[in-house]
Amino acid sequence: MITKRIIPCLDVKDGRVVKGVNFEGLGDVASPVELAKYYSDCGADELVFYDITASAEGRKLFTDILSTLARSVFIPLTVGGGINTLEDFDRVLKCGADKVSVNSGAIKNPSLVGEAAKRYGDQCVVLSADVKRVDGVFRVFAKGGRENTGMEAIEWIRRCVGEGAGEVVVNSIDTDGVKGGFDIEMLEKVCEAVNVPVIASGGAGSIDHFTELFKAIPSIDAGLAASIFHFGEVKINDLKNELKKHGIPVRL
Amino acid sequence: MIAIVDYGVGNLFSLVSSFAAIGADAVVTGDSDVIKGADKIILPGVGAFGDAAEKLRRSGLDLVLKDEAKKGKPLMGICLGMQLLLERSFEYGEHEGLGLIGGEIRPIADVIPSELKIPHIGWNALRFTENKSPLFKYINEGDYVYFVHSFYGTGCDDSIIATAEYGAELTAAVANGNVMGCQFHPEKSGNVGLNILRAFCEL
Repeated sequence: MITKRIIPCLDVKDGRVVKGVNFEGLGDVASPVELAKYYSDCGADELVFYDITASAEGRKLFTDILSTLARSVFIPLTVGGGINTLEDFDRVLKCGADKVSVNSGAIKNPSLVGEAAKRYGDQCVVLSADVKRVDGVFRVFAKGGRENTGMEAIEWIRRCVGEGAGEVVVNSIDTDGVKGGFDIEMLEKVCEAVNVPVIASGGAGSIDHFTELFKAIPSIDAGLAASIFHFGEVKINDLKNELKKHGIPVRL
Repeated sequence: MIAIVDYGVGNLFSLVSSFAAIGADAVVTGDSDVIKGADKIILPGVGAFGDAAEKLRRSGLDLVLKDEAKKGKPLMGICLGMQLLLERSFEYGEHEGLGLIGGEIRPIADVIPSELKIPHIGWNALRFTENKSPLFKYINEGDYVYFVHSFYGTGCDDSIIATAEYGAELTAAVANGNVMGCQFHPEKSGNVGLNILRAFCEL
C-alpha cells in the first residue's frame, strides 16, 4: 500500500537555510546539506527546497549546494523558487532535483507548466499554489502571498493539472503560520477537483494536525511543514509512529 | 566497471551519485565499446516508451545490449529501463521492446480501481516472490521503495521477483537469469535502494 508522505520544507537564501533551526547534535544547523541528511536519516519521505535568493550570485550558490546535497541524499528532492523558464527547470534538474515546483512563474506565463511537462514529463512538474479566501472565494495569490491575482483557485489548479502538472502543493495562506491545523475545507475542494497527488501545506502545529488531516481527507497524499520540524517541536519518527497507531500507512 | 547507458533519456545525476556513494566504479556512456568492456550494465530511463525504444534502435545500442545480455553480463533496467527489457509496450500505440524478458507493458489504469490516482507515485512496500532474489540480499520483505509510473509489466509472471500493492499486485521487479529490472527508483529509495544497487554490484 502506498504510504502518506511527510515532507519537510527548507527555505534557502544565499546558500543558508533561513528561519531559525534548533536541533541538538547538529553542527551547522543552517547548512542545507547537513539538514537534508538529518531529515533523510529521520525518515523524511521527500524534501522540498525553496530558493528565496534574489541575486544571481545567490542563485548560483543555491545550485552548487543542491548538487552537493543531491550527491549524498537519496530520497526525492523537489526544488522551487525563481522557476520562470524552461532554462530554470534545466538548471535545477541538472543539479539533482527530481521535481520542480512552479508558482509565480506559472502565473506570469501560463504555458510554462505545459511546456515543462512535455519536455520533462508530468511527474517532474509540481504546481505550488498560495491560496487565500477573499469574500468567501478561494483566490490564487502571487509573489509569496502578497498579491491577489483575482483568479479562482480551484479552477486555476484544475487548469494547471490539465496542462500536465503531476502534483499540487496547496499552501493555505489563511492557516499558514497560525499552527492551528491544516486547511481541511480548502484541501478537500482541491482533492475533489483533481486526480493527481495533493500535498497539504500551511497550518501544521502538532502531530495531531497531521492525524486530523489524513483522517479527514483519505485521498490527500502528503503533509508538508517547515518550522515545526526545524524547531524540533515535531520529530518525524514520532509523527510517523503516531500516524501508524491511527491506521494511517507510513514508511517506518 | 559499471556502464550506465546514456541514450538521451532521463536524468542520470542521482544514479551516478548512488554508485559513487556505495564506492562502485560507474561511468555514463553511450559508447558501445565501453558498454562491451564493462562488467555490468545499467539501463536507466524516464519518459515515454516509444521514444526511448526508438532512441536505443537509432543508436544501435539495442543490439549491443541484447548481445551483452546473451553473453551473461548482468544487466539491470530501472523504471522505463526495466520496461524496455520486455517484449512490447502499449503506451500510446504499440512499440517493440528488447524482448530480454517475456511479457508486455500496459496501463496501470487497466487493473486498479478508478478512484486510485495515476501515476502510482510515492513509497510502497516490496513483496518478494517465493525464492528471494540475490538482488534483495541486503533488504527485507516489506521494505519501502520509491515508485513513479503509470504503466506496468504484465504477462511476465515467471520473471517477477517482487510486487507492490496498489489496488492490484503491480510488478515491482523482474529477473530472468542475468537480466533484471526494477520498476521503482533504487537511486531515490534511501538506504534500501542503495542496498539493492550494492547487491547488483556484487553479482
